[in-house]
Amino acid sequence: MDMRDKIKERLGSKIIEWKEDSSKRIYFTIDKKDIFKIAEFLFKELGLRFSTASGVDTPSGFEILYHFSFDKAGQFYSVRVLLEDKLHPEIDSIAPIFPGAEWIEREIWEMLGINFVGHPNLRRLLLSEDWPQGQYPLRQDYKL
Amino acid sequence: MSHKVIVPIGPYHPLQDEPEFFQLYVEGEKVVDIDITIGYNHRGIEKVAESKHFDQVAFLVERICGICSSSHPYAYVLAVEDILGREVNVVPERALYIRTIIDELQRIHSHLLWLGLAGHFIGYNTVWMWAWKYREPVLDMFEMITGNRNNYAMFKVGGVRRDIRDEDVPVLKKALDELVPAVNMFRGAVMDDPVIKARLKGVGVLTKQQAIDWCVLGPTARASGVNIDVRRDEPYGVTDRVNWNVIVEKDGDIFAKTVVRILELYESISMIRQCLDKMPKGAIDADVKDIPPGEGIGRVEAPRGECFHYIKSDGTNQPIRHKIRAPSFMNVASNKVACVGGTISDAAITLAAVDPCYCCTERVAVINKPDNKKIMNGWDLIKLSQEKTNRLKQEWENARTE
Repeated sequence: MDMRDKIKERLGSKIIEWKEDSSKRIYFTIDKKDIFKIAEFLFKELGLRFSTASGVDTPSGFEILYHFSFDKAGQFYSVRVLLEDKLHPEIDSIAPIFPGAEWIEREIWEMLGINFVGHPNLRRLLLSEDWPQGQYPLRQDYKL
Repeated sequence: MSHKVIVPIGPYHPLQDEPEFFQLYVEGEKVVDIDITIGYNHRGIEKVAESKHFDQVAFLVERICGICSSSHPYAYVLAVEDILGREVNVVPERALYIRTIIDELQRIHSHLLWLGLAGHFIGYNTVWMWAWKYREPVLDMFEMITGNRNNYAMFKVGGVRRDIRDEDVPVLKKALDELVPAVNMFRGAVMDDPVIKARLKGVGVLTKQQAIDWCVLGPTARASGVNIDVRRDEPYGVTDRVNWNVIVEKDGDIFAKTVVRILELYESISMIRQCLDKMPKGAIDADVKDIPPGEGIGRVEAPRGECFHYIKSDGTNQPIRHKIRAPSFMNVASNKVACVGGTISDAAITLAAVDPCYCCTERVAVINKPDNKKIMNGWDLIKLSQEKTNRLKQEWENARTE
């Protein structure tokens, strides 16, 4: 069975939107409360490789893309989550599933100010210790 | 774990050494924990990229790393070309070949650089000198093609900036031919030397499951039996039109990582030769004008693993988001498992084995766990590592004479 069919069949109605830019780039949107289960399913059951995550500050909220790579077919499955609450953005951490996600969540936490609930070690990674609290350089309202 | 503040060793000089700070927690000889601090070299390039137009960003990302300085612009232009369609639909044939040649030349110079430093860390300074000596002609090849020994400025959206002249092709081929005996020598020096085997086998092991869980990439993953290589999994340039093999080892120790890198040198040399033979004539640039709104992902197999770029465009001439993930970001984190449990004399080479961008070990501070006292710095560690090699050499000599 094709990987995309496996994902579609298992996740069913949890997929809010499914978008294929090409046969190699598949983006799908889910609700933020499902991220832990879905990341576990993609990583542990389907054996996809976690490549990285990227946070974007958009007008409608913070968007996080979790990029999973299916290396056998050269495909990227990017799971999109929208955090609409811009004042207190929060999402479950996926680092307890596999340690490879620890650093990138720390980076998004300090750069965009998104709180990862359940992260084992949420502290600064790239910014220096004297960087002012509450300033998030990758937000759109942060001007250089 | 103690949160005592530790004064980092050596001056922070981002131009000379790449600053990373490892704190090793040791009990006697044994490393029991490690704390990794990075970010000293964080220059906010992702943020800067959001204020540059698409042409400028290629130059900007080239400056992320001086060693793999073609991987970042390559991954970036692939991400932009992903918005436009696929690379093969956008870029002229000849440019695809030139891109692969540059990418593979860079792998050769980077692996030789690592080999030299690894040799230095375990006390084989001859390997160090020779590896860097044979790296020079590779840089000369770069200079011949691009005009630069580093930061080649070759990549642009839709093609490459400079052509390879016909009269240069035989010179390049000759230089590649001369490189093969040197690689043969390194293969012999590393794979047949009993002392190096004794020194590196079973040291700094990253098991396959650990490699998967820590999402490591490139030679670090392939040495642990994880069969991934972007060049095969999602071909770019002409990596699917030339013959080559993905090198996979299964032991996961430093010896396996060394073997993977040395054998990859042969594959890269062969790929460049085939590219030079097959390269068609024609344009090298598609002259792309506008970038439509959308999002794209580009990735290439940098010498250290998958280099990832994500671009979001809103139809203006600047990206609104540019996410960059270099392979070392995943690989360095895995030191947490590769280092712990080993002895302190193996720490320098283990930390260096993922090729984290080399001189980071200069910033190692060793802390004796019971009283949290700092007892060593990075140079002491390298010395310890070299002493262990000498001890093994001596044992080997003794065994032979008996």
